[in-house]
Amino acid sequence: MPELDRFDVVVVGAGPAGLAAANAAAGFGARVALIDENELPGGQIYRASRGSISASVREVIEDLSKKSVVRFDGSTVFEAPSDGVLRLWGPRGTQDIGYRSLVLAVGGRELFLPFPGWTLPNAMGIGGLQALVKAGLDVREKRVVVAGTGPLLLAVGAYLLEHGARVPIILEQAPLKDLALFGAGLVRYPAKIGQGISLGRHIATRLRAGAWVERAEGSRAVESVTWRKGGKSFQTECDFLACAYGFVPNVELPQLLGCEIQDGFVKVDDQQLTSVKGVFCAGEPTGIGGVDLSQVEGRIAGLVAIGQDDQAEALFGKRESWKRFARSMDRAFALRHELMELSTPDTIVCRCEDVRAGDLVAWESSRTAKLQTRCGMGPCQGRICGPATQKLFGWTQGSVRPPLSPVPLSALGRPLDEIEN
Amino acid sequence: MTVRINGKEFEVSPGTSVAAALLNIGYSGFRRSETGESRGPVCGMGICLECRVQIGGVRHVRACMVTCQDHMEIETDA
Repeated sequence: MPELDRFDVVVVGAGPAGLAAANAAAGFGARVALIDENELPGGQIYRASRGSISASVREVIEDLSKKSVVRFDGSTVFEAPSDGVLRLWGPRGTQDIGYRSLVLAVGGRELFLPFPGWTLPNAMGIGGLQALVKAGLDVREKRVVVAGTGPLLLAVGAYLLEHGARVPIILEQAPLKDLALFGAGLVRYPAKIGQGISLGRHIATRLRAGAWVERAEGSRAVESVTWRKGGKSFQTECDFLACAYGFVPNVELPQLLGCEIQDGFVKVDDQQLTSVKGVFCAGEPTGIGGVDLSQVEGRIAGLVAIGQDDQAEALFGKRESWKRFARSMDRAFALRHELMELSTPDTIVCRCEDVRAGDLVAWESSRTAKLQTRCGMGPCQGRICGPATQKLFGWTQGSVRPPLSPVPLSALGRPLDEIEN
Repeated sequence: MTVRINGKEFEVSPGTSVAAALLNIGYSGFRRSETGESRGPVCGMGICLECRVQIGGVRHVRACMVTCQDHMEIETDA
């Protein structure tokens, strides 16, 4: 039986929050491990582009190796077999690693709201499509309708145009007046103004505010979308539909470890400490706030994890400023009620088990719906339909259990790596 | 480099994910759902599991999380 590999700090998730935490902790000489599901660190924001590793990812990797951070790339945490131990499935099979402090920087995912045709091939998320382009999807001359809500809409619209796609329209569900107020508020955040200006006029001419996708049509894949604005419906032909409604937190691993969840997010104190001793959480799981807030929270968590409380406290003001920015985003991009009424009885809500909206109306909780219809019991374990049924029916999600992600049977049922005394 | 998709050989650029390669070649449906619908990638980051394919004989692999390797054998089901 192999000996348990122990670290002072283990960080789960190598996005902005996780990288900041790992770098902060390792900067003071702690033995740090960084686990990520992807083949390379960077998360979604710094995701490597096809062929070569992007400059930002190379920088990240050099920084980590300089500080002797031990990377577990391509590894999924699927179980916590005992206190202070995580079980991973990765290139070397199943592996246990031990920690004194743990930083959960497990990020968020896009929120999808069902509408007729959303399950057609080539209908996907906004970040989802961008990730695929970064991984080599060729969108040159492809017609992409970008729809949903939030700043990502415009950023990805611009990204797709840069990569040769034709973007006939960008549909933002928020009304123009809220967008204008949000835009005016950006004056307080100089870093964000630059990003705003770079979005430019070629985006503005395509943007329809107060507009949303009603349904997608096509036989083998998406061929067109019908969208609504100002009480009228319009149809636009397309090869891809990128549609998502902001972000929801990944709280499954924190929940498995027993961290208290409040209003859907992981509850943390000033020091990013969860309700579980030695377990910190940073970034989207504690509240959707974007890259800047994630970085400062990650840094605070990494510093407190190695006892550098004073250094961490110096960052509290900066964190508060990015939290204010996050609250202004929440207000500007609040979801309109029409989006919750797009499903017809035969619209699929749970994509894994093909459970339709009409099958769900009779039940009053996710638990009874799950037992009666298998909604949320498929391979994604409710990660996609759970947030949707929360928005549509107000259902809260139930408990989680290992394995957190599908793993081969051979990965399970293994005795605990020997713990040295 | 080349990969074999459903028995046919295709040229792909190094660094391309299996999901991106399939879409580039024109496969938009990757798998069949419980009721027989054709499905393809949605989240692009390993969460939704809609892009499951068979790679090198291993079933239910997330096509968006794997980079193409020379001579890789990929099977779709839709």
